[in-house]
Amino acid sequence: MPTLTIDNVTVEVPQGATILEAAKKAGIKIPTLCYLEDVQAIGACRVCMVEIEGARTLMASCVTPAGEGMKVHTNSKKAREGRRTVVELLLSDHSGDCQTCDRNNDCELQALAHDLGIHDITYPGEKSAPHMDASTPALIRDTGKCVLCRRCVTVCNETQGVGGIFPQGRGFTTVVGPAFSQDLDDVVCVQCGQCAAVCPVGAIVERDQIQDVWAALDDPTKTVVVQTAPAIRAALGECFGLEPGTLVTGRMVTALRRLGFHAVFDTNFTADLTIMEEGTELLTRLKKALVDKENVALPMFTSCSPGWIKYIEYFYPDMLANVSTCKSPQQMFGALAKTYYAQKIGKKPEDMVVVSVMPCTAKKYEAQRPEMSDSGVQDVDIVLTTRELGKMIQEAGIDFVNLPEGTQDSPMGMSTGAADIFANTGGVMEAALRTAWELVTGTELPFENLHVTPVEGLEGIKEAAVTFEGCQPEWSFLNGVTAKVAVAHGLSNARKLIEKIRSGEASYHFIEIMTCPGGCIGGGGQPRMTTNAIRMKRIEAIYKEDEGRKLRKSHENPEIKQIYEEFLGHPLGEVSHKLLHTKYTPRLKA
Amino acid sequence: MVEKEQGCCCCEEEASEEELLARLDGIIQEYKDKPGALIPVLQQAQAVFGYLPDVALRKISLGLDKPYSEVAGVVGFYSFFSTHPRGKHMIRVCLGTACYVRGGKQVLDELKHRLSIDVGETTPDRVFSLDVARCFGACGLAPAIMIDDNVHQRVKPARLQQILDQYIDEDQARADKKAESKAKA
Ligand code: SF4
Ligand code: SF4
Ligand code: SF4
Ligand code: FES
Ligand code: FES
Repeated sequence: MPTLTIDNVTVEVPQGATILEAAKKAGIKIPTLCYLEDVQAIGACRVCMVEIEGARTLMASCVTPAGEGMKVHTNSKKAREGRRTVVELLLSDHSGDCQTCDRNNDCELQALAHDLGIHDITYPGEKSAPHMDASTPALIRDTGKCVLCRRCVTVCNETQGVGGIFPQGRGFTTVVGPAFSQDLDDVVCVQCGQCAAVCPVGAIVERDQIQDVWAALDDPTKTVVVQTAPAIRAALGECFGLEPGTLVTGRMVTALRRLGFHAVFDTNFTADLTIMEEGTELLTRLKKALVDKENVALPMFTSCSPGWIKYIEYFYPDMLANVSTCKSPQQMFGALAKTYYAQKIGKKPEDMVVVSVMPCTAKKYEAQRPEMSDSGVQDVDIVLTTRELGKMIQEAGIDFVNLPEGTQDSPMGMSTGAADIFANTGGVMEAALRTAWELVTGTELPFENLHVTPVEGLEGIKEAAVTFEGCQPEWSFLNGVTAKVAVAHGLSNARKLIEKIRSGEASYHFIEIMTCPGGCIGGGGQPRMTTNAIRMKRIEAIYKEDEGRKLRKSHENPEIKQIYEEFLGHPLGEVSHKLLHTKYTPRLKA
Repeated sequence: MVEKEQGCCCCEEEASEEELLARLDGIIQEYKDKPGALIPVLQQAQAVFGYLPDVALRKISLGLDKPYSEVAGVVGFYSFFSTHPRGKHMIRVCLGTACYVRGGKQVLDELKHRLSIDVGETTPDRVFSLDVARCFGACGLAPAIMIDDNVHQRVKPARLQQILDQYIDEDQARADKKAESKAKA
């Protein structure tokens, strides 16, 4: 336990702690840029340099271990000037106008320049030629704004195991991006947006579709409906300075109404529907395997997360039969809004505009997949991220924090606690088990307070097993069968899990995969910066929402019962098959 | 894009693309589970193909389980890797300090102009490739260029064609001789 002094404050830290961590403990803020908590400390940018007595040069505090008796100065003339030079050099090769930048007011470089009091750029020089990559529906890259911090490289390679981007070239002409300066659409990128979530500047951002939404709202010939994903309500408040983990469900609904949407619905409704369809699909596959001795693909993977879908299409195309054929809740909603709901209000699908608010950039990609137009036109027209909705509310001058609570419209606005927990890792599994168990046994899932605790939390890969007993006659073949399930979040964990299955080291019946670390609450479109501590706060909020509900199992949702009676028939029925299920496309990895 | 091998001077017999790729497979197998395999595999692949064609890079990416973006990043980082076929003769123009101040830049511009190619490129007839370098240790007689293993010193832009012609003539003479002996046999 070394003890050191930083700016004359004495602090004791655990062995191996860095000077940056020690300073944090001492309540001293050292500016950083490439460093990102839980993601990387690589000493690349030198913004965090400090002066250590006895050391010849300034040291990067994010990678220098705190030593016994060290005397560190974060604010000496030398440290201040060193830092300032580094930031000035960064700014001298930065092309962008803050006023019109997506990151205006939410930019770490801008904040650094402000905090360090930089007023002019003393190194005007050659700027590297910027490249704009607008090749994907989800993301826009602008290499002119990149500060080469490599955060995106680390998340894309290590957290996601995709490896779509890497530093290309060397020296002054280095560009962080796909191989040989191709665009994202030419490479294996799954459009998860985790790169955009960690980028400190405006070099990778979501494709902004706010203007498209305004245009739809301004068009008198259109009926514009909106759905919000389960994870939005636990994070949107952060855009307005509320504490992470503040639930803003009611205020969100009111804000959407004030923006002018004709009906405010909920993706949670189709999350409940997903459980009905996917649960039935799983039980059907089990029956085929156990009773009919058919050769069916097991384990079955969940299919809610479009980044994961694109990932398995690239990396394990031979396993596509294992993926549930269920569309994601976003797409189920779109298909039903333009058929079921449109018929109810006497509109044609082409006169409806379906807007989604998603924690995810890959949802923008998913919405425009060619197979996602079962209503006859594109089912979901426009996808906004949580951040974009925050901006829209701001633009409309709505005082979000002080809004009264609203409630969603019927018939696609009601949901249960099982739908809430779709927002976080382990939640879809828990929701599925709550319903499947009860369907099979007629009794409630035997976990305390319905929480399948082994699959909760931020562990990368989680497992659980439940043994069926006392099954209803229809499901008697499951008596004594132990269903083994697993949950992974972050695609590199998905990959580890799949490799274990392929090598025969592990076997399961049902697997939940979420693309982003922590699940959708940590999605690529959520307010920045999402650390593990913030992930946990959002997850706690989601479970609180779930526990506060009267109905906590998808099959209890009265609007779900109603839609099956009025429109769909039964799970996996003919209408479901047409509107709620889909197929996948094998893709070439390299 | 991979161009058909046109038979290069350095290998005795002409190997087909399939044979070259099979050789690459062998190299990948040999290094597969070793740490730090990427750079040596790229070096050997370049020795096999003469450069690093896209098919080879993709094979290496899959074979070593390294993202294609990382393979490309490493290739782009080291100047001795080339993704374009190299010409028969490699011209390197020194842009070290001494050469630069004594006209290295003009020599380079003249070469670009005469060969109608840019740095890192090869003439369409695959005779010359052009690259830049830093200091051959010939600073006293700057500006210097290096063609294959020969250093040419105190190069004047006006004399460049003469130097290039030497190589073209030598090649021609060699080809003639070969044809002659073939005809005799
Ligand atoms: S990236 Fe940051 S510093 Fe650059 S233009 Fe955008 S807001 Fe300004
Ligand atoms: S969107 Fe995801 S897969 Fe694509 S480059 Fe960014 S982190 Fe990598
Ligand atoms: S794109 Fe953003 S995250 Fe990636 S290196 Fe550049 S500045 Fe860093
Ligand atoms: S923050 Fe420490 S070097 Fe970048
Ligand atoms: S600078 Fe050109 S040879 Fe030394």
